[in-house]
Amino acid sequence: MASNSSWSPSSRELERRIARRRISRRQITIAALSSLLVIGALILATLSSPGWEVVKKTFFDIDYGKEVLPTVLKGIWLNLKLTVIGSICIGAIALALAILRTTKSAALTPFRFLAAAYTDIFRGVPLLLVILLVGFGVPALQLKAITSNVTILGSIAVILTYSAYVSEVIRSGILSIHPSQKSAARSLGLSSAQTMRYVVLPQALRRVIPPLLNDFVSLLKDTGLVSILGVIDAIRAAQINSSRTFNYTPYVVAAILFLLITIPLTRYTDKAIRGTYSRQNAEGAI
Amino acid sequence: MQPVLEIINLRKSFGTELVIDDLSLEVPVHTATALIGASGSGKSTLLRCINLLESIDDGRIKLDGIEISDPEIDQDEIRRKLGMVFQSFNLFPHMTVRENIELSPIKVQKKSREEAHQIADQLLKRFDLLDKAEQYPDRLSGGQQQRVAIIRSLAVNPRVLLLDEVTSALDPVLVNEVLSIVRDLKGDGMTMILATHEMGFATQVADQVCYLESGKIIERGTPSQVIENPTHPKTRDFINRVHQAGRL
Ligand SMILES: Nc1ncnc2c1ncn2[C@@H]1O[C@H](COP(=O)(O)OP(=O)(O)OP(=O)(O)O)[C@@H](O)[C@H]1O
Ligand SMILES: [Mg+2]
Repeated sequence: MASNSSWSPSSRELERRIARRRISRRQITIAALSSLLVIGALILATLSSPGWEVVKKTFFDIDYGKEVLPTVLKGIWLNLKLTVIGSICIGAIALALAILRTTKSAALTPFRFLAAAYTDIFRGVPLLLVILLVGFGVPALQLKAITSNVTILGSIAVILTYSAYVSEVIRSGILSIHPSQKSAARSLGLSSAQTMRYVVLPQALRRVIPPLLNDFVSLLKDTGLVSILGVIDAIRAAQINSSRTFNYTPYVVAAILFLLITIPLTRYTDKAIRGTYSRQNAEGAI
Repeated sequence: MQPVLEIINLRKSFGTELVIDDLSLEVPVHTATALIGASGSGKSTLLRCINLLESIDDGRIKLDGIEISDPEIDQDEIRRKLGMVFQSFNLFPHMTVRENIELSPIKVQKKSREEAHQIADQLLKRFDLLDKAEQYPDRLSGGQQQRVAIIRSLAVNPRVLLLDEVTSALDPVLVNEVLSIVRDLKGDGMTMILATHEMGFATQVADQVCYLESGKIIERGTPSQVIENPTHPKTRDFINRVHQAGRL
């Protein structure tokens, strides 16, 4: 590459830079003005609405919010724990299901059929229903060996459903790898299991990381659904408080806590998605 | 002497389309066989059948006298003996050049990491790519990628090398780069089958040339017989068309 050190911009380039700066200054001014205008109008509309005083007291009571914060925080800590433990279990089950459904091994035929039935069923039933069925149905069986702890049962229901979703995402990643990659691996003497392990899966998983991050955010929110079984997570904690005082501030607190976790996550996911696309475009003729 | 590779009455169809039609071919050791013919004549399919990447409908394929089309045979074992280089390189994009080359020696041949390193270094040095060893394939030019693909298949020390139009994705300068490698390999005594559109190249390196049409070998002989003085009207017609397209 030629050295760049002796280069200094021409007078034309300097003019262009001044013009570019002028244009970008103008655009920033326009953006700021229009934002101010819109936000100002929204605030004005809210504050001047007839019910605002009541809403302020029942939804945005700052002192009461501070009071319930510890219990709601304790609740969201449970949501976080369920999410982390759940995603590990989900990852393992979903990976196994996806591999099972994309291999041709004759010995696995019955399992392949079962895996397909499993994903069809759990993708088709609303999560809330699965939670109710597992959470209330399993204890009703009165089996000694099986727990009746609703937190565990609720998590199992979430894991069962999400494993079905996530296995489909991973499977689509596996199917998106061009067959020529498999041909190349097999022609080097790799077995079909080795081809999956070293060539197909690493590429497939890289491709599905962004959608999986999306699912991770949904999982965090959906762990709140186990509150229907009486598990004291952030939502349930907020509900207990607000039904005592008829003040809805605890719900707002819970919502803000969820947002504090999910917004950084979704921002990061967006970045990951953009990264993947630019990389895939650079892959070119592979 | 027994040929390395023997193809006897091979048939292959995709659905109702017969792509390889009762084809027989012998490939003697240390020779290069060029497959020429129009697009769709079955060159790639023939190479893929030899490498057991396609199931065949009839006929036999023998490697060193052993029938490899036998369904009971260990296909992975056979594929290891047959190196294949693809038109579109098919490098693994998530692995560096070195990892691409060392994958099969380490995972399939169970060589030690050091041993695989040595093999890779030796080949990379020979083909002038040692400085690219730690790069990912998308950072390489087309010619470099194709050279890596050739090195990758050489690293397992194959008995026969199958080259499927290894230059057709490259511009003329890069074509020469890759062709000189193939010439080198031929000098080493590597047994090769190469599908190609480069008649000049086929003339230079091939010991025998086969003209394929609709999955049949229409004419077979030395390059001077098939390319320079074809006797079959169909071959003559094809060579004439290649002349007109200016590819000779
Ligand atoms: N997987 C497949 N499924 C169905 N048809 C196929 C498949 N692969 C190849 N064919 C058909 O087989 C015929 C021969 O294809 P092949 O790729 O062997 O031709 P070729 O001689 O290599 O052509 P080219 O010079 O363009 O590479 C073509 O008509 C093609 O459409
Ligand atoms: Mg072809």
